[in-house]
Amino acid sequence: MCNGGEKLIPQVGKITAVTVQTPDVRTFRIEKPEGGKLFRHEPGQCAMIGVPGAGEAMFSITSSPTQEDYQEFSIKRCGSLTEKLHDLQAGDFVTVRGPYGNAFPVHTELKGRNLLFIAGGIGLAPLRSVIRYVLDRREEYGKVTVVYGSRSREDLVGLEEIETLWKQQKDMQVYLTIDRPQEGWDGHVGFVPSYVKELPLSLSQTVLVCGPPIMIKFVLAALQEMGFTKEQIYTTLELRMKCGIGKCGHCNIGSKYVCKDGPVFRMDEIDELPDEY
Amino acid sequence: MKIMKKDRLAAFLQAVSGEMPLFLPVEKGETTAFARYTGEETPALSSVRTGISPKDLFFPQCETLYTIKTDSPGIAIAPAARAQEDFAVFGIRGCDVHALEVLDEVFLRENTDTFYQARRQHGILLSLSCRRPDTACFCTVFGNDPAEPPGDVAVTEGENAWYWEEKTEKGRAFLKRFASFFREGDAVPCEEEKEKIRQIAARLPFGNLSLQGWGAGQTARRFEDPRWEKLAQGCLGCGTCTFVCPTCQCYDIRDYDTGRGYIHYRCWDSCMYSDFTMMSAGNNRTTQMQRYRQRFMHKLVYSVENNSGLYGCVGCGRCVTRCPSGLSIVKVLREMREEEAHV
Repeated sequence: MCNGGEKLIPQVGKITAVTVQTPDVRTFRIEKPEGGKLFRHEPGQCAMIGVPGAGEAMFSITSSPTQEDYQEFSIKRCGSLTEKLHDLQAGDFVTVRGPYGNAFPVHTELKGRNLLFIAGGIGLAPLRSVIRYVLDRREEYGKVTVVYGSRSREDLVGLEEIETLWKQQKDMQVYLTIDRPQEGWDGHVGFVPSYVKELPLSLSQTVLVCGPPIMIKFVLAALQEMGFTKEQIYTTLELRMKCGIGKCGHCNIGSKYVCKDGPVFRMDEIDELPDEY
Repeated sequence: MKIMKKDRLAAFLQAVSGEMPLFLPVEKGETTAFARYTGEETPALSSVRTGISPKDLFFPQCETLYTIKTDSPGIAIAPAARAQEDFAVFGIRGCDVHALEVLDEVFLRENTDTFYQARRQHGILLSLSCRRPDTACFCTVFGNDPAEPPGDVAVTEGENAWYWEEKTEKGRAFLKRFASFFREGDAVPCEEEKEKIRQIAARLPFGNLSLQGWGAGQTARRFEDPRWEKLAQGCLGCGTCTFVCPTCQCYDIRDYDTGRGYIHYRCWDSCMYSDFTMMSAGNNRTTQMQRYRQRFMHKLVYSVENNSGLYGCVGCGRCVTRCPSGLSIVKVLREMREEEAHV
């Protein structure tokens, strides 16, 4: 829902909790000022968050739709707006409009499937929404495998949830990796694409990939080498966005607008786009 | 057919502007543009196209979406008002009305832009056929007829009279409201004027441009064409083409700090600028060739796919006259025309 029936007008959102996840990632819990969720969303959708004077940007929603009280956004500090956002605390206000974009097909193609999530760095944020959704509707999906990597142990977003919740789940495998060896880390060391090739993965899985563009590129190549087909791989694209409704032109590729037709694309759909993402 | 004597136009414009805001082409410095008529201005109706398109009347170069107050606890958002009163646009040419049809596809078809929608609902288009199409015109390439502009009322200039044809219900109501300026008359003289226009249009130098090989489904063969590289070499990335273009719809959204709050506004943007696609994570179009290609692929392929078959060009000729490097869409259509060897 947006203000006044016009999708360019935001609602006011109140930050009700800020969690420091990594040295440069914080998770913001946002609700209506009077409490309650700002809108309903589907896993994979995004919203435009603004700080008056600093502008707006599109962020993926990291909470599950099954979370009834609020939305959460894991945001990496990497520009002028995110710098301002990281200065905000519980009790502060932002503008929020959305939700925008399509979603991972949790009600259709993903249903009943064994799911393989592959994420790098902050790229876990949109996938976390799906993972949490699947865990809340456990009987509707098959086995879940998560492969997640970051630069270092400190850069793994939401490690506590991964260790205490995900790793304890039945029918769920979690594989973590970091780029370089680190004292106190006895897990895997190495980049995500090469780790994926080493793992005992089943070709029956439907794959959801999100991370830095270079990681996505090499993961997709690795998956195809292993025998996965383009029709069973989903990923998200990220481009500059302003309006969120497919009009302002910034995220246009071919005849698609990533904000409206994406951010989720199946790999065979991406193949049809001109190569400029 | 409604007919108005030539010398009655000034009084008519005066009467209309007394009832509602009236916009028409006027001289503005060294160029022409649509401006609100106050009774002082001389309508600039002799040049076929205004330097600046009337797109601005419906999709302003800059407009407030909402204002924000942050002094009280929290944030107060006050959406800007939508257009609420009728206004008339006299002298808009067929190409520019066709351009509004393209913008309608973009702004009205889904996720309706209510700011644009309100202006379209309240705007009355008194379009003017093109008595003197000039050498930069190529509307016929896109199937448009300079003698038959769409709009609410189509006006044709004759030697001694103006001919007024209602095209919509809105146009019928408008003509009825100002009925005292018109008399019913024979359509033959008007048709003769239109025939003269078509004869000029048939001889225009760009009239033989071909759209062969453009349109829906042509991305794969057009995107990787090596000719883009050569064509884009002279592009300065100034963005003039996008600002004078009546169909270009890209916009930016920004905040302006008033000292007591913020104005959240949108303004025209240009895909020709290097920061158009720039993110903290990178930029997916780093060269001017990529940006140049994007603009024309959008107009000649993507727009057709997305906008019910409409090209993102109406042949108004503004980019032809304004591009400092002579790299308009005409150049693209000529340089990248399909090889005819296999025909």
